[in-house]
Formats: sequence, structure tokens, C-alpha cells
Amino acid sequence: MTTNTNENRALIWKALSWFDVRWRAPGTWAFALNRITALGLALYLSIHLVVLSTLATGKDAYQAFLDAVNMPVIHFGSYLVVVAGIYHGLNGLRIALTSFGIAVRYQKPIFAGILLFTIIVSLYVFLQMFHII
Amino acid sequence: MAEKKWNVTFLVNRQKGDGPGRLEPFRLEVNPDEYVLDAVERIWAFHDRTLCFRHACHHSVCGACGMRVNGVEKLTCITHIKDVTKDGGTVKVEPLRHFPVESDLVIDMTPFYSRLEAVHFPQVVPLNEAPDPDSDSIARDRNAPSDLARLVDCIECAMCISACPVPLTNPDYQGPAILAAIQHQGIAKNPDLLPFADNKNGAWRCHSAYECSEVCPSNVDPGWRIMDLRKQVVTTRIKNLFGSK
Repeated sequence: MTTNTNENRALIWKALSWFDVRWRAPGTWAFALNRITALGLALYLSIHLVVLSTLATGKDAYQAFLDAVNMPVIHFGSYLVVVAGIYHGLNGLRIALTSFGIAVRYQKPIFAGILLFTIIVSLYVFLQMFHII
Repeated sequence: MAEKKWNVTFLVNRQKGDGPGRLEPFRLEVNPDEYVLDAVERIWAFHDRTLCFRHACHHSVCGACGMRVNGVEKLTCITHIKDVTKDGGTVKVEPLRHFPVESDLVIDMTPFYSRLEAVHFPQVVPLNEAPDPDSDSIARDRNAPSDLARLVDCIECAMCISACPVPLTNPDYQGPAILAAIQHQGIAKNPDLLPFADNKNGAWRCHSAYECSEVCPSNVDPGWRIMDLRKQVVTTRIKNLFGSK
């Protein structure tokens, strides 16, 4: 039992090491960000399906739920979903291209471009979503 | 002119048998232009004769002295101390990841060599057939006589395996050097290599972190080779689908 527990702890520690990007190259940063955004989007999808399931209990119940979660923190969570979606989608295209030998030599500048695009669009969405402009 | 001297603390992995590793500090006065391996050798010579580490050529040809320096895979014989720390700083020296540790900084390379042997990785390749990431490279001379061969670039240091994040959670992954070795030989000419590349622990398991290419001291560019191998696998499968040989 102790051996299994230690092995599980070691496996969790190793999986967490995916996100240790210290001193690593841009490719690892892209990989780690891809994983983080994937986990975030998967969590969002799960919550989204649970929320949608309240529709089955009727329109009033759904509306009551929407009213209950109409909070800034939830809005900010929705904003993060948009940011994660932009990065994950674009990086997915980068991986799809390079996976078949297209522009492998340019994977770093492409990643930099994706990061820059994500930051600019995220900033614009932030200003729009929170009615700053 | 007086020689520059830095005071640097080397945190060296100490590990014997199956016991857990620990970082032991050694304070050294070094010349910043020295290499990390020089410092490791001095620790062994003047501080602790039980320290185990591998080294041979001292000029990045043998690949024996691959270690993790401050968390990144380096050939310690060509890594300047001034490039990894500062005066009064520390340098963490650890063995490569994803391999059993034999002692201190020495790993058991058997799994790595076995996998290379399984894909019958050649030490030389015909000069006019060596697939190379850089088409302008002198490494690939299409007009060269077919009986001319050159040594392959890979020095079997295994640093690409250590740098890759995939074996953290999947120790059965073939790894960059092995997949690069398959790509080097070509699936079309060596169809028996297809099963090594085209499976869940082969070319498709790579997660495109390209850390292998970053740490490779020999410009093998395993990341590029894995992507090229995928093209080879897909091409072969399509050809097989239509029954062509």
C-alpha cells in the first residue's frame, strides 16, 4: 500500500513537472501553456454541461441559476475561457502544421506571434467585456 | 594580469544504491572561464573521492558527461561556469532524468542503448543519402559517390531523452534520439522500422515541446526529425493502403 502511495505521489510530481518551465526553451513554454489552457477548457466544458442540464428542470430554474451566478468573478472566469480558447486554438494550428513537417524551423517565431496575438486580442476583449471602452 | 576568481557553490547530487538523492554543497574558487566538468573533477580530486560521474573526451565528442546543470541538460565539458552562474552564485549538478541512477551523477544507459540497438542505428551513413534538416548542409551531398560515408551526428549522450517532458509520465516512449535514428535511416528503405515509429509510444507520442532540439549538442535536431518521421509514416501508410510497395 505504501509503495503504491509513493508511486502515485511520484507520478503526480512528474506530471506537475510538465509545468516546470524554468530555464526551458519557448517550445516547452508553449507545451505547458497548451496543457494549462486545455485543463481550463476541459473544466469549463464540464461546468458548462452541468449548467446546461438545469435547462431540463425548466426555464425558471435556468434563469434563477443564471441570476445567482451573475457575479464579477464568474464574468472574469468567462473571460479566462476566451483567452484560453484563443491561445489553445491557435497553438493547436501551430502544432498541427509542425506535426507534419510544415514550418518546424519557425515554431518559435510562430509561438511568439500567437502569444502576441493572444495578448492583444485578450486586452481588447477585456476592455470590451468589462465596459472600459 | 591576475587570474579572475569566482566563489561558486556547487550543489551536487549524491545518491547511492536505491536511496533517495540529496544535493551536497561544495564551495569552490573557480575561474569563470572554466567548464562545469572541471569543477566536478576538482570536487572529486580534492573534496570527495567517492563522487561518481562519467566523462571521457572533454571536447563534446563522446557524450559521456551529459548532466543537468541548473535543471537543463548540458554537456558539462563545454559548458562554461560563467554561462550558468555568477560570482557568489550556485550551480546545481544533477544526473539526467528518466534513467535509473547508478550512483551520484551516473545513470544506467542500458534502456537507451537497447532501444537504439533495436532500431539498428548505424554509426555511419552514405553521404548522398543522409537526410538532413538543412538542405544546404555539407552533411548531405547528393552528388557524392555512393560508397562515401560519414559519421552520424548523434553522439548518444541521451540529453534529448532527459529534456523531453513526455517520459515524465510515459516511460515507454521511444524518445527523440531513437525516433531520430529511425528517421535517419528512412522508413521507405527500412520498412521493418515502421512498427517502432507508428505506435502509441512512437512518433505520435511527441508533444512538440522541441526541448530535444534545444539541448542537442550535435545539431541532430531530433524535433525536426520526429516531424519528418511522421510524414514518412503517413506516406508509407497511404502507399500501403493502395497496395503499392
